[in-house]
Amino acid sequence: MEKKLGVFICWCGSNIAGSVDVDLAVAEAEKLDGVVHAENYMYMCSDPGQQKVKDIISEKGLEGVVVACCSPRMHENTFRKAASSVGLNSYLLEIANIREQCSWVHQNNKPLATAKAVSIIEGTLDKVKENLPLETITIDLTKRVCVVGGGIAGIMSALDLANAGYDVAIVEREPAIGGHMAQISQTFPYFHNIPELLQKKIDEVSAHPHIKLYVNSEVDVLDGYVGNFNVTIKTQPAFVDPAKCTACGKCLEVCPVSVADEFNRGLSQRAAIFCYNKTEGAKIPVLGQNDCLHFVNSETDDNDKCKACVDVCPENAIDLGAIRNLNEEFVGAIVMATGYDLYSPEQMPEYGAGNIPDVIDALAFERLLDPSGPTQGQILRPSDGQVPKKVVFIQCVGSRDPERHKAYCSRACCMYTAKQARLYRQQVEDGTAYVSYMDIRSDSRDFEEFVQAGMEEENLVYIRGRVAKVIQEDGFLRVFTSDTLSSRQIVIEADLVVLAMAMEPKAGIRELSKKMNVTIDGDAFLSETHIKLYPVESSTKGVYLAGCGQSPKDITDTVSQALATAGKIQTMFSNETLIADPLIAEVLDDVCSGCGICIDICPYGARIMNDFTRISDVNQAVCQGCGACMAACPNKACELINSTSRQFIRMIGDFAGKAGAV
Amino acid sequence: MKYPYFPGCTLYTKAKKLDDAGRECSLKLGFELEELPDWTCCGATFPLVNDQHITMSGPTRILADTKDQGNDKLVTLCSVCFNVLKRTNNVMLNDEERRAKITDFIERDYHGEVEVLHYLQLLRDEIGFETLKEKVVKPLTGLKVACYYGCLLLRPVKEIGLDVMENPTIFEDFIRALGGEPVEFPYKVECCGAFQAVHSMDTATRCSRDILRSAKNNGADVVITTCPLCQFNLDDRQPEIQKSDTAFSSIPVVYFTQLLALALDLSADDLGFERNLIDPLPLLKEKGIVA
Repeated sequence: MEKKLGVFICWCGSNIAGSVDVDLAVAEAEKLDGVVHAENYMYMCSDPGQQKVKDIISEKGLEGVVVACCSPRMHENTFRKAASSVGLNSYLLEIANIREQCSWVHQNNKPLATAKAVSIIEGTLDKVKENLPLETITIDLTKRVCVVGGGIAGIMSALDLANAGYDVAIVEREPAIGGHMAQISQTFPYFHNIPELLQKKIDEVSAHPHIKLYVNSEVDVLDGYVGNFNVTIKTQPAFVDPAKCTACGKCLEVCPVSVADEFNRGLSQRAAIFCYNKTEGAKIPVLGQNDCLHFVNSETDDNDKCKACVDVCPENAIDLGAIRNLNEEFVGAIVMATGYDLYSPEQMPEYGAGNIPDVIDALAFERLLDPSGPTQGQILRPSDGQVPKKVVFIQCVGSRDPERHKAYCSRACCMYTAKQARLYRQQVEDGTAYVSYMDIRSDSRDFEEFVQAGMEEENLVYIRGRVAKVIQEDGFLRVFTSDTLSSRQIVIEADLVVLAMAMEPKAGIRELSKKMNVTIDGDAFLSETHIKLYPVESSTKGVYLAGCGQSPKDITDTVSQALATAGKIQTMFSNETLIADPLIAEVLDDVCSGCGICIDICPYGARIMNDFTRISDVNQAVCQGCGACMAACPNKACELINSTSRQFIRMIGDFAGKAGAV
Repeated sequence: MKYPYFPGCTLYTKAKKLDDAGRECSLKLGFELEELPDWTCCGATFPLVNDQHITMSGPTRILADTKDQGNDKLVTLCSVCFNVLKRTNNVMLNDEERRAKITDFIERDYHGEVEVLHYLQLLRDEIGFETLKEKVVKPLTGLKVACYYGCLLLRPVKEIGLDVMENPTIFEDFIRALGGEPVEFPYKVECCGAFQAVHSMDTATRCSRDILRSAKNNGADVVITTCPLCQFNLDDRQPEIQKSDTAFSSIPVVYFTQLLALALDLSADDLGFERNLIDPLPLLKEKGIVA
């Protein structure tokens, strides 16, 4: 029994009617199989237009509708709502796009445009004939969140969600939260004191009844899908029991190991048992297994192994036999706030980084500025502890260099370099600060003023050009550069060189992104769904992005993005269940051979092998209906509901047939 | 083992000592450099514009000859020849359009089949510095050597690939194998001034001065090079440098094959040191390397 079909052709003012003969199109449409009604109207999307569609559906008992108008992205939803309001299942209404794909591109050929419009309508009608009435899919929703990364992005996102009443688990790889922000002394453009700002937020996190903190931890396995994730968290052994430890610091003194302190960017040494940073949350020492003699000399007899810290601890808080923990968190949404690393200065042998002690990266310079840092906030050069009288700050090191390093701009460096140079000049009054730059990108509120003030009030010497080489000679660092504004080659004899290294995604992000099923770009930054309209949504539903893991940015932008993810998740959590579009893949059980090709090809992890039936199932909550499995299946066992290969072949036949006839 | 060998023009004239020592040493090390018959000039510069093909016809012909004689390798001693031949070969290998233009013009069939090797590369990759070390008879004990690479042996690094561009080590490893003591100095990959010596002598003098000064300041007794032009600039500019900088004291600049020859116990009399402006013999005698 054939469906009773209706066709509604919109003029869109003259947008369509100007190049498509809408009366002729109606006449042609009326002749098509199953069509019981066809008409045109000036603006079908207007209220009277919609009413017309509704009335005719009811009056003639239509079982399928084609609206020939603009792109379905514009008004598919409008007309589907109208149809369902009068009892027609909304999936039995389809849009035939005769504007963007017809009238706008064939403005000078009305007969051809009309013929093409009719063939588009005919093809869409053939699709509607085989469309099934569908209901939306309902998915359970666990209103808890896992935040991966405890830098400022993770902290702000977690606090916002926790304050809204949702339970949040923060997973932090390092021994304490705070991220790179904890290494930085002051903000731009207002010189706010970061330790103070950050400590407040860290305290809020620590005290929050809705936040659970997993430090020294990583995501081990991620299972599940939006609304129903199961995150397995691997926590490194806690050798020091925080319940017993009084933070007396005796263990730090007796430990015989001395290694470079990563938090201070190698500007100081630490023991194998150490306090990770100076934030309040990091008072309890942690033990680095890779440095500790007890673990490094694993062949030694147990009794001879170093136990200096265990022996000295008055509270018996240290247990070197502690083991790694696995915990599970069931959550509805995940925030990827994985952050960045600075591109390694060793990649720049021409600047002597790694070989010349007085060539340091920008984060190391931040450690010099920190009152609780290795020099108590005094800017002293690493080689001999002298105050450097000439400092060269080099911007864009490793950035904007597509041939050898990173093609992108790291965005924050222009501003933090200006800040660092200004802070240097404020501290060393008789010092000279040179800034080597390509362009100055100061594109936010008070940024340009901040840089200008540096040049005018603190006499920063900005030199446009790229530094060729830095060498150590005659007790100086010779910085070879050029001033491209005056076309002169310049050699600066400096005492300290600070490299504004490119930001790159955190080490290990490639593996993690695979675990989390989040796509990354060529530089391994996490990809958002749409840079303009879906800027914090990842390719996997329910997984959101915040901070420098997505792209380099400053603290302001990081926090904005973190709060946006929190807002997005709260919107999701405002419902009791999740609604999903039923236009997804299905499997023809009789045809599927269980080869598993679809499982590898699925970008969303929606295809799962059913161990019992040996058939590849579709996870309805995860499938986005992209059709990759449909194209890849060698047996044609995958179909997209309401976009089956049979429907598509008929549509192509209609389009090709008509176009060939003209 | 025989390797086809392209000496190049300069090694027949001004840099004869680079060539002689290289050939003699190869025999001591158990391989032979077999000179390519009827070779022509390599062109001495690789064209810097993409549509200049005529200057590549010479090197392509040399490479095609090498292939036609049944060889898949070609060894050079001169940095310039190495650079030009290697880069030409890359074009033949990777750029179909330019290859077609050039090979059609010279009426040869060549697709980049020959691997162009520098003598140093041969020592490192085919002989091995460990083997070389074993063959050393008179180690260069106590000789502090500034290993000066210049530009053409390394750059452009993506095309040459002999070693990393900013901090290479092949030359230092070579000197260590000979028992000498390589001296790190920051100018080891800077330009010597090259052809500027022809029309802007001051530029070449300044470039050479910075390199030599840095080598000396870092304790070097002698500078070695692979390149006739570098050797010429660094050696020949020294009286001029002294005129403007009276504190500057001279330092001998020799070819790496000359030191190799001494370590392999070849006679210093045959090494052409008399052609050096700054005579290295007093130093070598002082160090006990030459009797």
